[in-house]
Amino acid sequence: MQKFMTTMEAVRNDSPTVPPSTVTTELPAVKSTGKTTIDSKKHQTVGDVTASNPVFTVRDCNVYYGEKQALQNVNLDIGRNEVVALIGPSGCGKSTFIRCLNRMNDTIDSARVSGEIKLYGEDIYARDMDVVLLRARVGMVFQKPNPFPKSIYENVAYGPRLHGLSSNRAELDEIVRDSLERAGLWNEVKDRLDDPGTGLSGGQQQRLCIARTIAVNPEVILMDEPCSALDPIATAHIEDLIDELTENYAIAIVTHSMQQAARVSQRTAYFHLGKLIEVDATNKVFTNPGHKLTEDYVTGRFG
Amino acid sequence: MGNLSQSRAQTLEKVRASLALRYRKERRFRFYGAASVVFGLLLVILLFGSIFGNGYTAFWQTQMQLDIYFDPQIIDPDNTGDPKIIGRANFAKLARHSLAELFPEVSGRRDRRSLNALLSSGAGFQLRKMILNDPELIGETLRLWLPADDEVDMLVKGYVDRTLPQGSRRLKDRQIEWIDELAAQGRIERQFNTAFFTSGDSREPELAGIGSAAKGSLFMLLITLSLSFPLGVAVAVYLEEFAPKNRWSNIIEVNINNLAAVPSIVYGLLGLAVFINFFGLPRSAPLVGGLVLTLMTLPTIIIAARASIKSVPPSVREAALSIGASRMQTIFHHVVPLAMPGMLTGAIIGMARALGESAPLLMIGMIAFIVEMPSTPMDPATALPVQVYLWADSPERAFAERTSAAIIVLLVFLLVMNGAAIWLRKKFERRW
Repeated sequence: MQKFMTTMEAVRNDSPTVPPSTVTTELPAVKSTGKTTIDSKKHQTVGDVTASNPVFTVRDCNVYYGEKQALQNVNLDIGRNEVVALIGPSGCGKSTFIRCLNRMNDTIDSARVSGEIKLYGEDIYARDMDVVLLRARVGMVFQKPNPFPKSIYENVAYGPRLHGLSSNRAELDEIVRDSLERAGLWNEVKDRLDDPGTGLSGGQQQRLCIARTIAVNPEVILMDEPCSALDPIATAHIEDLIDELTENYAIAIVTHSMQQAARVSQRTAYFHLGKLIEVDATNKVFTNPGHKLTEDYVTGRFG
Repeated sequence: MGNLSQSRAQTLEKVRASLALRYRKERRFRFYGAASVVFGLLLVILLFGSIFGNGYTAFWQTQMQLDIYFDPQIIDPDNTGDPKIIGRANFAKLARHSLAELFPEVSGRRDRRSLNALLSSGAGFQLRKMILNDPELIGETLRLWLPADDEVDMLVKGYVDRTLPQGSRRLKDRQIEWIDELAAQGRIERQFNTAFFTSGDSREPELAGIGSAAKGSLFMLLITLSLSFPLGVAVAVYLEEFAPKNRWSNIIEVNINNLAAVPSIVYGLLGLAVFINFFGLPRSAPLVGGLVLTLMTLPTIIIAARASIKSVPPSVREAALSIGASRMQTIFHHVVPLAMPGMLTGAIIGMARALGESAPLLMIGMIAFIVEMPSTPMDPATALPVQVYLWADSPERAFAERTSAAIIVLLVFLLVMNGAAIWLRKKFERRW
């Protein structure tokens, strides 16, 4: 125990010193009990968390997995027709954050969410909020491409069929074609729509997942490291696609690649140990970060 | 520097020595594995070989060709044409007459009796059936194949040692002479034993068949499958997807696992107490047997189904949920279809176990001498493994081969079921 204490002491002394002008965030202080405590009053995000035309407004969002707190007082807006990139080291809560936005955290028994998350002013954690409807409005693309083990056509048609978006086969065909076209996959698969979706390459599978998501015409698309399992060419494809999708959708994308964040996003949010450290225009975050932690991260000094 | 290279050389030497040891170990391990596989295969071959070697002869049955004169004096002396009177006639006498004509030199009660013993008592039943089907045959003479007695069958199949003294055989010297003479005339032949598949049990081995036992087994399996599969899958889906994880679900889970290990005869006792004594269902009925086997296979199916539901990757669930499928839709559109191969395999393996089960059936009275074919699951019946047990218990030599033959049929059933399991698995399997 004695040894542990000394180590912790050393860690605290080593932690980056923050310039006085931006001392708004404190790393979790270590008390002699070894427990982590958070003084939420003192924590404030650097930069502007609001968006001019918000789709999502998140205020004071806290997430706990059992005893462990995964997100602390996060405030963030996601605007219409913009891409918000969420960056930060592993385990900092970026995935937790976007999984709050379509209530995928509900599937984890121990997860608890507090605070206020509004989609167009509607509290998505309200009692009368239908989670199925919410997920139809907020689509999600996952880290690993996860097409259903069905045909390409069925993969895309599943959502529209579920929600009754088409009244006949021709309309459904049209939706499938349109979604695949917008996902930039149509030309590659138009002759083999009945082949299994799992037979496509990784990048094609991920675009199929995007097509599946946009087939139900959501308002927001959440992407959880959509390119981490893909090669650079497939990644470039997806990034181009994200650019095009911005026209119609609000997008929140979690990424470990700073270059990708810089390329695709208009705003960037930097998370650290469950706190939102800094949010600003992507340009500003990468060239002139307002917080020491952000600077260390984007310059590659740690993380 | 010299020190370092020296120690490096030493390290290399040690690694080399240990490598040789490691490879030897691995080779030995591989050899043990191969040896045990070979040993297992040998035992399987031994088992199958001995059963098949003992049993295949039962699929052929010795028949005797006789010229039968359907004597109106014996069948219907008063020419009534009444099936009741005809049915009561002594048809065995017709066959005996015709046999006696072939051996006119035989006289004396004892000799006549031992000559008649060559014919199966089933010969009379066969003739009776013919006449009842077609009374026009009365008065005609027909050349017919009739079943020979099981002792004749054994001799023809070579199971009787002719060199033994007469006292230690069941066939007398004279009988063997007659049989040889009949064979020389071409009146003795081995023919395919259809009766073995179509008839019920009998005290005469040459008339005994697995028909009623197979039908009883079939009824039981149908009841077991139609109850245990839907119930088992429903329980598995509920426990895996809907049940809250608390103390109660833990207790249920532990107890399901315990039930899978309960000796099967205990289920028989339960069936006797609950289904027969309390609910008053008939004894020896495949319905009760099916219910008992359902109880027995349920835990197996639940465990297999839960395991296969668990093995469905969470990414598929997430994908469905994230485009707005409800929990129910996620489960029934994606999770259950993907888990289906595993569930089916579990169900069929459970069924195969149920098919081979005899202990619980003893408790509910399915160990009975059943001659009639059961026509509904409420009729008394027996099951294949029980039939095997019954025959194995019989003293006649001819029942030994029938026991093996019944086992062959049982094994074929099991092979077909396991084949079906593999086929279904291949058919429904999806890769993700």
